[in-house]
Amino acid sequence: MPLSAVACQKIDKAIAKYPVGRKQSAVMAALTIVQEERGWLSPESLREVAEYLGMPPVAVYEVASFYTMYHLKPVGRYVLTLCTNLPCSLQGSDVAARHLQETLKIGWNETTPDGMFTLLQGECMGACQEAPVMLTGHQRMCCKMMPPQIDALLAQLRDEAAQKERQE
Amino acid sequence: MTAFLDYGSDAVLMARLTGDNWRIEDYVARGGYEALKAILTAGTPPDQVLAEIKLSALRGRGGAGFPTGMKWGFMPRGAPEKYVVCNADEGEPGTFKDRDILRFNPHSVIEGMAIAAYVMGCACGYIYIHGEIWDVYERCEEAIEEARAAGVIGQRIMGSDFSFELFNHHGFGAYICGEETALLESLEGKKGQSRYKPPFPANVGLYGKPTTINNVETLACVPLILRNGGQWFLDLGRPNAGGTKIFSVSGDVERPGNYELRLGAPFAKLLEMAGGVRGGRKLKAVIPGGSSSPVLPGAIMMETDLDYDSIAKAGSMMGSGAVIVMDETRCMVRSLMRLSEFYHEESCGQCTPCREGTGWLAHIIHRIEHGEGRPGDVDALDRVAHNIMGRTICALGDAAAMPVRSFVKHFRDEFEYHIEHHRCQVADHV
Repeated sequence: MPLSAVACQKIDKAIAKYPVGRKQSAVMAALTIVQEERGWLSPESLREVAEYLGMPPVAVYEVASFYTMYHLKPVGRYVLTLCTNLPCSLQGSDVAARHLQETLKIGWNETTPDGMFTLLQGECMGACQEAPVMLTGHQRMCCKMMPPQIDALLAQLRDEAAQKERQE
Repeated sequence: MTAFLDYGSDAVLMARLTGDNWRIEDYVARGGYEALKAILTAGTPPDQVLAEIKLSALRGRGGAGFPTGMKWGFMPRGAPEKYVVCNADEGEPGTFKDRDILRFNPHSVIEGMAIAAYVMGCACGYIYIHGEIWDVYERCEEAIEEARAAGVIGQRIMGSDFSFELFNHHGFGAYICGEETALLESLEGKKGQSRYKPPFPANVGLYGKPTTINNVETLACVPLILRNGGQWFLDLGRPNAGGTKIFSVSGDVERPGNYELRLGAPFAKLLEMAGGVRGGRKLKAVIPGGSSSPVLPGAIMMETDLDYDSIAKAGSMMGSGAVIVMDETRCMVRSLMRLSEFYHEESCGQCTPCREGTGWLAHIIHRIEHGEGRPGDVDALDRVAHNIMGRTICALGDAAAMPVRSFVKHFRDEFEYHIEHHRCQVADHV
């Protein structure tokens, strides 16, 4: 599956940020764009990004495997990453972690059987005044995530998914 | 009446911000871009601007506290291709000030970068933004578009000979990229592993060209210094540390948040601004400068002023100004376990002492916390930490070791109690 026209357009915009001949600088943006579109980065996706940027595939793999927000294996529709570092932990992330695991009936690095949620443990996201902090995908930061807020978010995401499916 | 965000009465960087007035017209109404305009209109010699920054005694706000004027002075003159980079990869646990500056006052950073570029002769700059704060990255994309449209960045700015292009680059989950040479590797499209120094980035930086990397807060101070004078900024703080500092307070306080104080203000004042220890409990310990800085017992901290020298004298570091507060019910073994797991996870694997050592530290602390500690484990922790320090390319090794050595130094009895009784001394309410 070749990169979509929309993805190529976005990647071109990223490439334009760097000096001529420094396309490789856009690799993080390119991987982010492709992951956003496809949910995760398959070996094929990595090869396509490599080809587009004129990089050896191994150099793209090196980047994709180094930064923790890239997924090199399939994940659920919504990836929930909860910060469990010290400031969040002092402000309730242990409670949030337990609640997420019990509600979704999965552990860290697992996906719900319906493919809806993947649960990950994250490190400091730089928003500790609003702990516990959780990311939904990479674009949405959810703050002060105690059990009631978690329940509301999960319900909202399920609704969102159902609505999209109806539209499709 | 407009509700202003409350950073405290000392606030100058974060004064008059509502959360909504981040756009360029709001910034201009607050006196924004006046400093850049004054310099470009008058054609002020870069050395004169640099002298003002030196007079202000502005020191790097990212953690190292290096004098900014001196750092800028390291850049070679005349080189055709040079870069200025803003380090907004804010991932030091407990630190969340740059996020507020970038989302509520992004143009202060853009103006600061343009002035820095003018002084050092850079035609291009990048803001490297922590991948986890995506909404802030998007806001910065908008802010740069606004700046470009208004002609405060771009070609021949305000009719002068000075041209400066600026772009945002986002990270995607790697603490190490907050280290400046790892950040440069990442900007070049590689995994973020630190480079040997020397050569320093001022000589061999981004794409092998002279580069200066400054923290968000540092750059945001620059327009204020030039608008009000270096002496004004110096007088806000202490003799070798001018200005105010944003402190990010997290943990066991009533009101976690960012508070801007004059450098040298007492810690007790900051704690009071944050509403005191949560639930009226007693203060046990404070990590004063981000998770990498040594922990201090609460009693020592209550006697300490918040500036580089005073915190160093008390046995820790000002670091990024991230103040993590722990109350009397907190278990120090468990707290350290969180931090050690983090450093193990984030070690990039390039240097053996850090890659292996952080794993051993996490492993030993994990077993002590879970009642399986062995006699001699506390000494082993100190020994492993000692053997990491000073033996790695970048500061992550030291950053992993310092918390361990300080927790053991100040709270050794808790670790010993865990080992001897296979349980915790305090009733932790986590």
